[in-house]
Amino acid sequence: MSESRLLQVEGLTKRFGRTVACDDVSFDLWPGEVLAVVGESGSGKTTLLNAISGHVAPDAGRVLYRTRHEGVVDVLQLSEPARRLLMRTDWGLVHQNPRDGLRLAVSAGANIGERLMAVGDRHYGRIRGTALDWLGRIEIDTDRIDDRPQTFSGGMQQRLQIARNLVTGPRVVFMDEPTGGLDVSVQARLLDLLRQLVTRLSLSVVIVTHDLAVARLLSHRMMVMQRGRVVELGLTDQILDDPQHPYSQLLVASILQT
Amino acid sequence: MSLDGYNFGYLDEQTKRMIRRAILKAVAVPGYQVPFASRDMPLPYGWGTGGIQVTAACIGPNDVLKVIDQGADDTTNAISIRHFFQKTTRVAVTEATEQATIIQTRHRTPETPLHEGQILVYQVPIPEPLRWLEPRETETRKMHALADYGVMHVKLYEDLARLGQIATSYNYPVLVNGRYVMAPSPIPKFDNPKLDRNPALQLFGAGREKRIYAVPPYTAVRSLDFEDHPFEIQQWDEVCGLCGAGDSYLDEVIIDDRGGKLFCCSDSDYCTRRRAAGHLGPHGRDAPEALRGP
Repeated sequence: MSESRLLQVEGLTKRFGRTVACDDVSFDLWPGEVLAVVGESGSGKTTLLNAISGHVAPDAGRVLYRTRHEGVVDVLQLSEPARRLLMRTDWGLVHQNPRDGLRLAVSAGANIGERLMAVGDRHYGRIRGTALDWLGRIEIDTDRIDDRPQTFSGGMQQRLQIARNLVTGPRVVFMDEPTGGLDVSVQARLLDLLRQLVTRLSLSVVIVTHDLAVARLLSHRMMVMQRGRVVELGLTDQILDDPQHPYSQLLVASILQT
Repeated sequence: MSLDGYNFGYLDEQTKRMIRRAILKAVAVPGYQVPFASRDMPLPYGWGTGGIQVTAACIGPNDVLKVIDQGADDTTNAISIRHFFQKTTRVAVTEATEQATIIQTRHRTPETPLHEGQILVYQVPIPEPLRWLEPRETETRKMHALADYGVMHVKLYEDLARLGQIATSYNYPVLVNGRYVMAPSPIPKFDNPKLDRNPALQLFGAGREKRIYAVPPYTAVRSLDFEDHPFEIQQWDEVCGLCGAGDSYLDEVIIDDRGGKLFCCSDSDYCTRRRAAGHLGPHGRDAPEALRGP
């Protein structure tokens, strides 16, 4: 794996019975880069994320990750405790539905603090301070630190989920349709926030979306998937301006022109 | 008063051996919940079937048994279980904490310090400390295996954020031997410090949930807390109304139908013997006889 790459996925394959969800998917991710994975429903985008982040065991392939101190590791070969630690320190996973990623029975502050406590922070005042700071950054009123996420709107829940993932300063964040299910104005605000955070924290992001507009706004590079295969991979502008594969052409053509 | 046709201690020898194997494993891995094949006992779940099976597996003809419930020797549950073992083993029984070799308890650790050679058997309703935080049992086992206990502090954080203090007052989670988080059974957190480096062997039996765990003698037991909000035990403004003790766990007892109440030691043996030694609390003479005893 060459010096600068942060993440390298090689030949990742996952089958569910006779259905092939991901077929020999390979890509690289550089530090500070946002990669969008686009494709229609059922094209294997979410399975790809789950396989990379170790939530489902792939049938074949390697996920090489350059850690801060221990060089390059194959995430799929890591022991369970090492993988869990990596997940909550260096990686983040933002679910499409914030309810999957949040702990709904506890307050917003506890949600943001959970990762800190999981990696051993035992100072209440400090955890609370960090939570307040993050609420400010995601533009949620700090008065609401002790409210449960259930009382938040969909957009706030999604922002809270993002804060909860970013609190330990991860280097790679996987997002599964973070703007899905939000109305258009809220989507725009969330995208704005995401763009800010990504630049300020120089995050590397793999963002799964079926919305090409989201991909255009956020990503540097784009990967088009169809039936579990990568059909096109390149710079976002290039693919949007000059799609090569028939399926990419179809996708681009289907954007509503204003 | 004995039951003929039953084996010593009610359980058959093979069952006792099975339970002893579980106990040995529990002692070898302090705080780890060992599964065991809990038997049907001649009383319902929730009445101490786990504790009774552990006691039955440990008890021998020369043992001296003490049974307490909420600290008292004279409550229904304590009396029933004591009778049960008197009938099935004919061992000697006592109320004096330091004379007992096996003490079965529910909801309290005795005030009188225990000594080496004693066994304290706790009845446990819910052995899993992570139960209300993580619903999946497969996942809680994995969390124990990986010492992945961050979520426990999420609960403490939530208490502090909502109520300004850690409101958990019983079954307060502890870290045993620096490794396993353990539910100390529903003892008040007042008793948690007594678990730490206790010279007696402490065994925990959960009958319905089919788990046994243990804290061997002199094992470190630390109550979970935050650096800036250290663990604290309950405190009272009163002393025991009967014996005047200021260092014991107090029960609030309603004494009449006009709102009268009294605080007194929950550990009846401790209170009785303090009074016998001449200590007298503020209500030592005017408390109802049912409380004072004859």
